[in-house]
Amino acid sequence: MDGDILIQILVASIAAGTPFVYAALGELVTEKSGVLNLGVEGMMLVGAISGFIAMAKSGSLLVAVLCGMTAGALMALIFAVLTLTLMANQVASGLALTIFGVGLSAFLGLKYTSIALPGVPELHIPFLSDIPVAGQLLFSHDILIYSSLVLFGFISWFLYKSKAGLILRGIGEAPKSAHALGYNVIGIRYLAVLFGGAMAGLGGVYLSVAYTPMWVEGMVAGRGWVALALVVFASWRPLRVMAGAYLFGGITIAQFHIQGFGIEIPSQLLSMLPYIATIIVLVLISRDQKSIRLNSPASLGLTYHPNNQ
Amino acid sequence: MFVKIEPRSEPSKAMKYLSPLIAAVLMLISGLIIFSLLGKNPAEAFHAFFVEPVNDLYGIGELLIKASPLMLIGTGLAVGFRASIWNIGAEGQLAVGAIFGGYFAIIFYDYSGLFILPLMIAAGAVGGMLWASIPALLKTVFNANEILVTLMLNYVAVLLLALLVHGPLKDPNGYGFPQSVLFGDSAILPVLVEGTRLHLGVFLALGGVIAGWVFLQKSFTGYQMQVAGLAQKAATYAGFKYKKLIWIGLLSGGLAAGIAGVLEIAGPIGQLLPSVSPGYGYAAIIVAFVGRLHPGGIFLSSLLMALLYLGGESGQMNLDLPSAVTGIFQGLLLFYLLAADFLIHYRMRLDRSRLEVN
Amino acid sequence: MRKTPRLQLKGMTKVYPSVIANDSIDMSIAPGEIHAVLGENGAGKSTLMKAIYGVVKPDSGQIIWDGEAVAIQNPAHARRLGIGMVFQHFSLFETLTVTENIALAMDDYKSMESLAGRIEEVSEEYGLPLDPGRLIYSLSVGLRQRVEIIRCLLQHPKLLIMDEPTSVLTPQAVRKMFETLRRLADEGCSILYISHKLDEIMELCHSATIIRGGKVTGYAVPADETATSLARMMIGKELPVCSRERPVVDGERCLEVKNLFKSSADQFGTDLKSISFSVRGGEILGVAGISGNGQQELLYALSGERLVDEKDCIAISGESVGHLKPDERRNRSLGFVPEERLGRGAVPGMSLSMNVILTAHRHGMVANGLLKFQKAAQFAEKCISDFTVKCGSKDDPITSLSGGNMQKFITAREILQSPELLIVSQPTWGVDIGAANIIRQSMIDLRNNGSAVLVVSEELDELFEICDRLIVIAEGCVSPSVNVDETSKEEIGLWMSGMFPGGPAEGTSHEATSDQESHVC
Repeated sequence: MDGDILIQILVASIAAGTPFVYAALGELVTEKSGVLNLGVEGMMLVGAISGFIAMAKSGSLLVAVLCGMTAGALMALIFAVLTLTLMANQVASGLALTIFGVGLSAFLGLKYTSIALPGVPELHIPFLSDIPVAGQLLFSHDILIYSSLVLFGFISWFLYKSKAGLILRGIGEAPKSAHALGYNVIGIRYLAVLFGGAMAGLGGVYLSVAYTPMWVEGMVAGRGWVALALVVFASWRPLRVMAGAYLFGGITIAQFHIQGFGIEIPSQLLSMLPYIATIIVLVLISRDQKSIRLNSPASLGLTYHPNNQ
Repeated sequence: MFVKIEPRSEPSKAMKYLSPLIAAVLMLISGLIIFSLLGKNPAEAFHAFFVEPVNDLYGIGELLIKASPLMLIGTGLAVGFRASIWNIGAEGQLAVGAIFGGYFAIIFYDYSGLFILPLMIAAGAVGGMLWASIPALLKTVFNANEILVTLMLNYVAVLLLALLVHGPLKDPNGYGFPQSVLFGDSAILPVLVEGTRLHLGVFLALGGVIAGWVFLQKSFTGYQMQVAGLAQKAATYAGFKYKKLIWIGLLSGGLAAGIAGVLEIAGPIGQLLPSVSPGYGYAAIIVAFVGRLHPGGIFLSSLLMALLYLGGESGQMNLDLPSAVTGIFQGLLLFYLLAADFLIHYRMRLDRSRLEVN
Repeated sequence: MRKTPRLQLKGMTKVYPSVIANDSIDMSIAPGEIHAVLGENGAGKSTLMKAIYGVVKPDSGQIIWDGEAVAIQNPAHARRLGIGMVFQHFSLFETLTVTENIALAMDDYKSMESLAGRIEEVSEEYGLPLDPGRLIYSLSVGLRQRVEIIRCLLQHPKLLIMDEPTSVLTPQAVRKMFETLRRLADEGCSILYISHKLDEIMELCHSATIIRGGKVTGYAVPADETATSLARMMIGKELPVCSRERPVVDGERCLEVKNLFKSSADQFGTDLKSISFSVRGGEILGVAGISGNGQQELLYALSGERLVDEKDCIAISGESVGHLKPDERRNRSLGFVPEERLGRGAVPGMSLSMNVILTAHRHGMVANGLLKFQKAAQFAEKCISDFTVKCGSKDDPITSLSGGNMQKFITAREILQSPELLIVSQPTWGVDIGAANIIRQSMIDLRNNGSAVLVVSEELDELFEICDRLIVIAEGCVSPSVNVDETSKEEIGLWMSGMFPGGPAEGTSHEATSDQESHVC
């Protein structure tokens, strides 16, 4: 195989993995607080179209990012009100959020289906970007990819080095204990859910503004669900989330390149690849229930309210 | 805040029945608001969306045609949901059911006879169940989360259908369009009422709802499913076989969705297309919840959901309303239901003590 | 001369939708005083303490702290005032370390390392050694309580609230904790000691407030009272006693456990090591032990909720059942009352009548796969009347029952199926005294009818009251059995820390065992 092609594939895999990085890291923080939000797909879609519209209108990436994150957070707010304040079932509420997000994004995007955006330029770093191979691999990406790495660093520090992160983990582990010690469980969970929503929104913006860059109805195409699987796959650890995200980025990219090698496979079969890979990954990790129970936040998905004791 | 929220000492029975109604009313009110935001006359739009589609016999027929797959799948899903087994894969199970049923319609294209339709329906049922057996197997053997597996399989099934109608099942004389031949008369469900498209499938759907009612409300296995859903530890304590319940929960959804897939292709569509369902598999999830996982409620909520579909079409034709509004309504309906359910366990009261202070 | 009270409560009231938990409670505690709050389960003690600690907001009433009225907003506020609380159901985080757990309750510490140093310092100082780096799930219940206590001591409390602290300790460890508490009191710390155990209160406390049904029914100096007089204030009448005649001797061996090994399903759990014992028809065998020593695992194995690898390990009436699921064991006349009532022994969201079907369905409630609701209703009526379950009707949701009534209902459901073998876990946990008495008597009656009964309990008093023989479980090992008449609470207490013939801590002194824990049988 040609070295250049390999580098191209790797670079493309990183780009394809970045929406997963944002969405899965956001969901990781949400789940660490003990809340399971299955609405990632819906939040990504609404984030994608909001960012796309903002980009088309303003031409500013910053505005697009802010709009997408706000839209994702607003979607998450609906979920938070339902599950945290009104104590609705988290599974049902997450599904509702996705169904609503599919409808809402299609509706918002009606007038934008045939517009193409210029995309986001690669950030050229003098000298570094010109290094052969390494320069291409590490220093030829757009700013949203670099900021996803910053996000990873921040979340790793936050969860394991900061007091706030300790509180978040404590709340996910034993909300009753946290409440007894005087922590505002519901308030902190609100923040975690909103953060997850903003990150899912940002993942959506990356898809519609930088990766594709255009708006197609339902363009997230299951990536939100894959992100949910990634969090389990990563045993709720940020570093493994990154590895999983780029792995899936690679699988997404592989389907385009297999055809490039002259192998005759119908495109639909190739498109099935990421979905089937997700199922296989789920099967592999789910076999070890003990490890999943040890790593998953103990209160994940359970409704909690201080009044219910 | 003069309103005090306090837990009820026991859940309110009245609210259990009222909250879906509250949700429906709130959805209609939101509809009026959305219509005015879109610059339409709310009353006119409301009429076009919710009244016009069903103000004649043909419309009622259409309503029942759309409600049939919804009530059938909704009931099948409710069996699993009662046990907290979340089959989100009805959309894919419906597609595979359509593939299986459609296959027999195509290979018996040159034949006629009463055997073809039952064969298609049985094949669709088998197809839906086969597709649902994948998550059941993976959950019972490997503990793989059924929500994610069924969801992934939706994408796979829809791609599979596309693959087949682009290839082996394509109509050779179809000018290259990705679709199968139009089915023969023996593979089409007979129309029941002159002047409508209402077909025999509606009875099949009603039969499914009744069977679901007997199973869920009267049978010991249905009781076991409910116990598993409310408290899995209690089910283990009693010695109920949870794996069996997982299989039943997933297969019943697959069975219903597979048959619903055949009802679609042997009913209004009449052939295999790359897309055979306008999201019935997802809408049925809402139908099941709004119907309180009770077949009687599911019957009613399927009518409401069918009306949303018809309203979407009618609004698009008459008022230039985007059809995506339907999806928004569906999501809102479920949101409102989940929110209104709060009132089952809590009540709101004027806070006297605060009033006195002021 | 009277000092300003450390804490005064005036007219404290808290109303829940179904019950008045605290009804205008007045109370006062001086610096350095050990003050008991005495009342039976459900009397409202815990609610009152949570109000002082800022977890629960009282509906009305005044808290006066060091002479000044305060409105305690939340636990952090309470801690700043100098109030510490050791919870009955610990407020710990299983997958975090001791230091992290303590950090979560501290508002000021420099770094994790310095905090760990302080933990070691304070724990040594009070003779309660603790390793700051350990994860909570790897600690025994006694050590977990120690974490809670150290967490309070680090903040130099002026008032320490101890909510039912001795239920997780051996009699010997209780004595040691009393020493610590007396020392704290000498240093000027006030202690609110919540309990329903009369002997402990008479031994430890300077004064007492007695609560019944949410109201204060008396103030007392425990040293001047007798158990009978305190009990009368606590429950309004004499303590009821069960009537226990001689056991029916020489019954058939009904349950036989032989060489049972089982690794725990829970990674935080205890593995069972070579457990053997048997129960005959006509006797009650008690299993004593501190919680978390393998009781859960033993019960899961006996009930069939977790199957064992060797089917011969467990035999019911001579038939090997290790490979059989719970319903198949029930078909062989097993009855089982688990310690978790709601969510395991009973299904929330279902009526009493529907909850009967859960285990009693085999008694004619299912025909052709369909339920016979009439039969279930009749059975529920019988449960309600035979065990005087207080409820509206058989169609009420099970969640509308109080803890005691729910336990009576579940016990009734199991006993009225006339099992030849009944296993009961924590029969009277959190149950009021009246209900507890009915439940204990019903187990004795069942035994008098020739059935075998196995009772697992952490309440030694209860085991000594109803059992014929006792075994002790410690670190997954089981002691030889002794007749109740031939042993004492002291001896059983020692055994509970593993010091029995063949036990995990055989031959070590008690001091050593209370601080260490990794042994093999």
